[in-house]
Amino acid sequence: MTPLRREQMAWRAAQDLNEGDFVNLGIGIPTLAASYVPAGREVIFHSENGILGMGPKPAAGAEDPFMIDAGKNLTTLVQGGSFMHHADAFLMIRGGHLDVSLLGAFEVSERGDLANWTIEDPAFPPGVGGAMDLAVGAKSIRVIMEHTDKRGEPRILRSCRYPLTASACVQRIYTNLAVIDVTPDGLLVQEMIAGLTRDGLQAMTEPQLRFAAELKPLVVPAVPEVRAA
Amino acid sequence: MVYGCGTSRGQAELIDKQMRTTAEAVAGVRDGATVLVAGFGAVGVADQLLEALHEQGARELTIVANNAGNGDHGLARLIHSGRVRKVICSYPRSGDYSAFLKAYRAQALELELLPQGTISERLRCHAAGLGGFFSPVSAGTKLAKGKETREIDGRLHVFERPLKGDVALIKADKADRWGNLTYRKSARNFNPVMAMAADLTVVEVEEMVELGALDPEAVVTPCIFVDRMVVVGAKA
Repeated sequence: MTPLRREQMAWRAAQDLNEGDFVNLGIGIPTLAASYVPAGREVIFHSENGILGMGPKPAAGAEDPFMIDAGKNLTTLVQGGSFMHHADAFLMIRGGHLDVSLLGAFEVSERGDLANWTIEDPAFPPGVGGAMDLAVGAKSIRVIMEHTDKRGEPRILRSCRYPLTASACVQRIYTNLAVIDVTPDGLLVQEMIAGLTRDGLQAMTEPQLRFAAELKPLVVPAVPEVRAA
Repeated sequence: MVYGCGTSRGQAELIDKQMRTTAEAVAGVRDGATVLVAGFGAVGVADQLLEALHEQGARELTIVANNAGNGDHGLARLIHSGRVRKVICSYPRSGDYSAFLKAYRAQALELELLPQGTISERLRCHAAGLGGFFSPVSAGTKLAKGKETREIDGRLHVFERPLKGDVALIKADKADRWGNLTYRKSARNFNPVMAMAADLTVVEVEEMVELGALDPEAVVTPCIFVDRMVVVGAKA
């Protein structure tokens, strides 16, 4: 079996963004999803620092120092885009105005608890940024993360070990192995990569998994095509 | 604290909030003041006013910002020089935050970490004359420790108090002599909400324009919130 790479995970998450959705992408892998929205589908991206209608990375020579994204990387504005101040940018996040918040995570629990803001490293100050706001407000909260940590230990847990960002908020998890929904009856696997068995996936996941009646293969392009700006 | 808005030039009866220097613009900031430092990363930060505040010498400052300084200038310089007693921010680990990290490890300053949207809404709340609000953000987490909670419509909320600045340091693009402001793209960020939330709002602008030259439909910060302005950069 071949686990998905970062771009492939982002591609898969991008396929679930619908025409007309307002979407906030967290820093890290979620940011990549903007490049993989299917051509011809209009999805409007929001950035916490006051951008609605955020575009792709600027072309060489077209960089604008006044245009940055949540990760402080240079970005662009699409036609129809607009700016708002921070209180309104977070009103959109907190007030349920976004359709989708796509976030990175350290851990997710079987109830959809999310831990993605601190690993409590005493040598460094913690930082929360917009993580707690993004985890409570959007109509749908989805996570992209590696299925296991660097030592191969599960990151989908019965209870999160790291401090929580928000409880019972995550609806769908995209990993490098599977697409899993958080349901009132627990975790439901919708898609799984080829060459992986149900037992194999269960062995890398702490809580009990259930498998959808129509379990599908998790199929992504070998090299996802980046959508043109 | 009471601050004057400085001398007007020309006809004495006309409102003119423009200062000649950044030093005049930050004059009177007291030791122990709470300073709202707008910006997100390095964008939309009033670096020239922060440099002037360093020269001015105020100590024991509480800084409210999204990040905790970058490189060796502006807010980072204030921290490096030991002028900052406390930082209230959402994300100190941004850019080159070595000045903050050194002070944090030496326990030379206090960090109060808040969710980003809680900072902006607490500021707005003070500006709006409200006594606080209940927010679902951070409910049930470490950051809500010690805060009053209430269940509203079946969901746990945390009580957040208003947050006020003695001084706000604002970066704008254009201004007129009344203090109406416009911003540049994502450099708007915290600027308008911080401009509303302090006793003394000081603005560094790229360009002063004639009264009436700004499109009234495009003014982002109306002049009622602005006390002092100074032009920096190429058009100073």
